[in-house]
Amino acid sequence: MNELYIIAAGSMVAISCGLLGCYLILRKMAMVGDAISHAVLPGIVIAFLIAGNRDSVTMLLGAGLIGVFTTFLIEFLHRKGNLQSDASIGVTFTWLFALGVILISVYAGQVDLDQECVLYGEIAYVPLDLWILNDGTNLGPRTLYVLSLVLVGIIAFILLGYKELFLTTFDPAYAAAIGVSATLWHYLLMGAVSFTTVAAFESVGAILVVALLIAPPATAYLLTDDFKVMLIITVVLGVLISILGYYLAASIDASIAGAMSTVAGALFALAFFHD
Amino acid sequence: MIQQVDNPVLEVHDLTVSYDKKPVLWGIDLTIPQGSLVGIIGPNGAGKSTLIKSVMGLIPLGSGYAELFGKSLDDVRDQVSYVPQRGTVDWDFPASVMDVVLMGRYGKLGLFSRPKKADREAALTALRQVGMESYVNRQISQLSGGQQQRVFLARALAQQADIYFLDEPFAGVDAATEKAIITLLRKMSDEGKTVIVVHHDLQSVETYFNWIILLNTRLVASGPMEEVFTQQLLQETYGGKLTLLSEVGNLLKKGQFPNREKAI
Amino acid sequence: MSELLQFLSFEDPNTRYVVTGTVLLAISSAIVGSFIFLKKKALVGDAVAHSVLPGVCLAFMLSGNKNPVYLVVGAFITGWLSLVIIDQIVARSRIKEDTAIGLILSVFFGLGIMLLTKIQHSGNAAQSGLDSFLFGKAAALVGTDVIVFSTISIILLVVVFIFFKELTLIAFDEDFAKSIGFPVRRLELVLTTLTVMAVVIGIQAVGVVLMAAMLITPAAAARFWTDQLRVMLLLAAIFGAFAGVFGAFVSYTAPAMPTGPWIVMIISIIAMFSFFFAPRKGILYKMVKQRRIQKKIRDENILKMFYQLGEADGDYFSSRTSAALSERRELASGQLASGLSRLKRHGYLKSDKEGWQLTIEGKNKGQRTIKLHRLWELYLTQYLRIAPDHVHDDAETIEHIITPELEAKLEKLLEYPEVDPHMSKIPYES
Repeated sequence: MNELYIIAAGSMVAISCGLLGCYLILRKMAMVGDAISHAVLPGIVIAFLIAGNRDSVTMLLGAGLIGVFTTFLIEFLHRKGNLQSDASIGVTFTWLFALGVILISVYAGQVDLDQECVLYGEIAYVPLDLWILNDGTNLGPRTLYVLSLVLVGIIAFILLGYKELFLTTFDPAYAAAIGVSATLWHYLLMGAVSFTTVAAFESVGAILVVALLIAPPATAYLLTDDFKVMLIITVVLGVLISILGYYLAASIDASIAGAMSTVAGALFALAFFHD
Repeated sequence: MIQQVDNPVLEVHDLTVSYDKKPVLWGIDLTIPQGSLVGIIGPNGAGKSTLIKSVMGLIPLGSGYAELFGKSLDDVRDQVSYVPQRGTVDWDFPASVMDVVLMGRYGKLGLFSRPKKADREAALTALRQVGMESYVNRQISQLSGGQQQRVFLARALAQQADIYFLDEPFAGVDAATEKAIITLLRKMSDEGKTVIVVHHDLQSVETYFNWIILLNTRLVASGPMEEVFTQQLLQETYGGKLTLLSEVGNLLKKGQFPNREKAI
Repeated sequence: MSELLQFLSFEDPNTRYVVTGTVLLAISSAIVGSFIFLKKKALVGDAVAHSVLPGVCLAFMLSGNKNPVYLVVGAFITGWLSLVIIDQIVARSRIKEDTAIGLILSVFFGLGIMLLTKIQHSGNAAQSGLDSFLFGKAAALVGTDVIVFSTISIILLVVVFIFFKELTLIAFDEDFAKSIGFPVRRLELVLTTLTVMAVVIGIQAVGVVLMAAMLITPAAAARFWTDQLRVMLLLAAIFGAFAGVFGAFVSYTAPAMPTGPWIVMIISIIAMFSFFFAPRKGILYKMVKQRRIQKKIRDENILKMFYQLGEADGDYFSSRTSAALSERRELASGQLASGLSRLKRHGYLKSDKEGWQLTIEGKNKGQRTIKLHRLWELYLTQYLRIAPDHVHDDAETIEHIITPELEAKLEKLLEYPEVDPHMSKIPYES
């Protein structure tokens, strides 16, 4: 049963990240996704300090907004500061992440976070962190509820904005010309990435989120010419990665998130050499 | 030779556009009559693409304005269509020809609505007009340069607009495609649509267009083809930039001068 | 405070090792990072940094101990491999570069984490401290480490010195280098090797996760202060070294703290400072410059007003009141007042109880601005064929920027005209 919880959590994270990642890689914004997933760390720590626990939806929102703020900061350095875009990304996310790690070590007592845990999470704890109501009813792992909420949110976002996201990803100039704001959808997408990253960090950590944002979509991109199929393949890959990753980690006694990344890479390699 | 017309479909008024504080279009004033097939001609870097991009609202204006059908762009967007340069898009994108052409209908659909049967019909009609209806489900990564251009044109046609802006539609395209496209553009012009094309090849100008805009940072001429496409005016357009204008432009950029004074 | 002094006295040999080590690492990273920055490959550096982790772990697993030489070799292999793979992915498939970088970065790192956790769970006593590679622990630098890393560092600096000209060229203009027959591929190899070397030794202090900052941030900061490559390298090295010493100090006072984040914070603060305050390129500097230009424009416009009032009633030097001036042109009263006093301070105006008057200098300056305005209007109508009623706004801006040199060219080109498109007389100096 615990296995099932863990694999379910892993799958939901992988699917949420993968779906958004399809848009990121087609927009050539893979590294901005990487940046956001690092940059939300100080937001998470601060939210934790304020809220006192992990449960708040406010934590999700507050920390997620930092992700959007990161996008602004990168743009600011690039436009106003005339700093080249790769350096704008690199400088921004490293200092935000460093800030996050410092906050964790300084407030180690008050914050139930471990600086290594933020790197690779601990999805094995998922079955242990239960949502128990005041009357004692056990609703099951809390994380699964949060992740389901996020997953539903993302699917809704993609369904409702499908054609706008598709259009602004393919041809932002034409989109602007016919009155669809490429800027708006850019920030909406980055916002979605932020919230997903925050929700996922607990299970898989900040950095491994990146593997899930990029590897399954990249693999799917190699396998198909049809965007809808690419989304579906990404979902399937996500579940596969979660299952295989779990068993790999179990068999060698290692981090599940690390194993998931490795499996994601292996699947990509298979697709790459298959061509 | 700058001819102005009454009831223009496009009016550009004292338009100045700068890139990094350096003006690339300076004080452009022109009007275009309905139904013309217009060629925008000028050397590289003259601001031809910039002109249509600024009319389409893709680039901010330093000063001046552009009006279509006597109104601002936002009021008439569904009457205006745009075909960007082919190289602006990644043709490896996982989309089919139908996916791309349907995008032309998105302006008519609101947020949250899906393309309907009528939209698909319009898309197919557009594809038929460019001779690509048999490619409707083909992935765009499998298309040749000429076919890609036709798909871009079909997307614009699917909008069923009244004025069309095309940015270098004949660049890197095979002769058959070029012939097919210009034939279609002429037909559209005959039907009363206005077609404005950024063009790079001087040889074909006389046979393709009935109205010419000669541009080199400033407007050199705008009017019927026979009157504008003369040796003298061409020489002025292509004969090197106005040095003083260039130097002043450089000063503006170096000093990071504000482009047009607001009331100070 | 006393801790700081004790630290800086370098009495403790450990401190000496730690500081020397950290400073050398920081300098090497900053210098190699500068070339990477110029080639706009900052994120590739990030990928290399993350990719060395599995190499370190594998070296440990195979050798059974933490001998720095083995770890370095292991790191080097996977670091190098990651770059090769990124290249191959981009060359042989439709995956774009940013995706390839992100993919390799996260997958290699994930693999490294998997191996690291496996090692940690295996209970092998020798592994403790291996995780310091994640965030760096300068305090862990001991004598032998320092010798190994210093050697590599020195080799690195020597290589940069030898190949300085060549590296500069491929960073600046690869196509040109190719066209004059430079062995560009081999030089790329050199730079790649240097990058991996810098990363391999840098991670000891800063850790894998933040290593990219050690490569990029010093270079980005330095770039804002200079356009000369040599100076940029020097500045980057100094900034990096400073941050490194700071990190060593943190390690000294709180050995349990990871040093990486602190080094990165300091260098990032230096970078932010540079982005805002560096002369010429800094954001604040540009803003200040804008304000200065606005003031100059305002002042010249005020003098113009005086001149125009003088043209109208025939007396350039009569007294004008603020009210009369405000009528001519819309100006916020505060700005008018401060402009007037500024002009008086610089000797263009004088005042008495009746109002303000032009000085000779003021009249000449106002006259010149009017002259440039009218000449420019003529230029626009004649050479740009712009309608006479559209040239005024443009001239309002350009009149403030034309240099005396351009003024001469303009006069000559227009053949010293007498009137502008609106039939106003063009005033020449008497």
